[in-house]
Amino acid sequence: MPLTMQYVPFEELSDLDSERKIQKLIRIVKQNKLVLMEGTLTAQEEADLIEETMATIDSKFKGVEITSFNPIEKNSKQIQDKLRRMFMEMIWGRRRGLTIIGPANIVREIRKDPNRIQLFLSNRGR
Amino acid sequence: MIKKFKDFLAGIFLVFKNKKHIKLGIYGPPNAGKTRLANRICQDWLGEDMGAVSPIPHETREIQQKEKVTVNSNGKKLSFNLIDTPGIATRIDYEEFIKKGMNKKEAQTRAKEATKGVIEAIKWLDNMDAVLVVLDSTRNPYDQVNITIIGNLAARNIPVMILGNKIDLKKANLKKIESAFPQYKVVGVSAEYGDNVEQFYKELFKLVK
Repeated sequence: MPLTMQYVPFEELSDLDSERKIQKLIRIVKQNKLVLMEGTLTAQEEADLIEETMATIDSKFKGVEITSFNPIEKNSKQIQDKLRRMFMEMIWGRRRGLTIIGPANIVREIRKDPNRIQLFLSNRGR
Repeated sequence: MIKKFKDFLAGIFLVFKNKKHIKLGIYGPPNAGKTRLANRICQDWLGEDMGAVSPIPHETREIQQKEKVTVNSNGKKLSFNLIDTPGIATRIDYEEFIKKGMNKKEAQTRAKEATKGVIEAIKWLDNMDAVLVVLDSTRNPYDQVNITIIGNLAARNIPVMILGNKIDLKKANLKKIESAFPQYKVVGVSAEYGDNVEQFYKELFKLVK
């Protein structure tokens, strides 16, 4: 069975509050699809996503694998990078970057290095 | 005027009250060595363990707390309530526990309790005054769980120290943790063997000023 990737553009989520945004993402993942989301979640939304995932886990749904990639690294010590990121978020929201969320029964591991993302797929559930 | 004076006194009282009951949390992904670290601290300063440890992930599935732990270093004293939290994960599969030797019922119960533990750990973030984030220094620090934990602590302005645990192992790579989180103090320790814990205690005083 092929793995389906669903692209979720920024506009599709930008009008939703955090709760509905997370519910929508989990709904897609529970259909055994890999979400490619334009932009990134806030730290609070990531924590909420984990909480919601944990509350949803059962014998079929084992959770998610998630990673996000932002070209302006959040951890940069450079003050100009931080200001640039804040300015861009103020104007465009959290549109920059990419978030990948996959169902844990299909995506065994997402390994991220600063500039590279590797997806390891499981044979189970496919 | 009297009300302002009362508020002022209440404020002072609150500061001292908070100082006496600093909540020092231990967070991190499963099997990073959080409870081993809690046990190390409790053994060093209370002479007793805090919780059970196991090679099977999610051994700690409830918040555990030790009150009034007092650390002495260089003639200074630091008292806090130590809070060990369940490992935060994005996936929990009971079949992984079966592979580690558990029967199906035990594994399913553990998985159910583990999911509740993760939720509880996240909810407790708001209660912490300072946090030790324990990472396994032999593993990739760029895991999203680590980034989420540290991002949430930063958003709440909670002071953080990252502990790269398991430095006794050959594969340990503290430099990688330092480059993943350059704005945080990273201290390498071996909670199991006690390597570099003196340095950790010194840094703890800087974290909880």
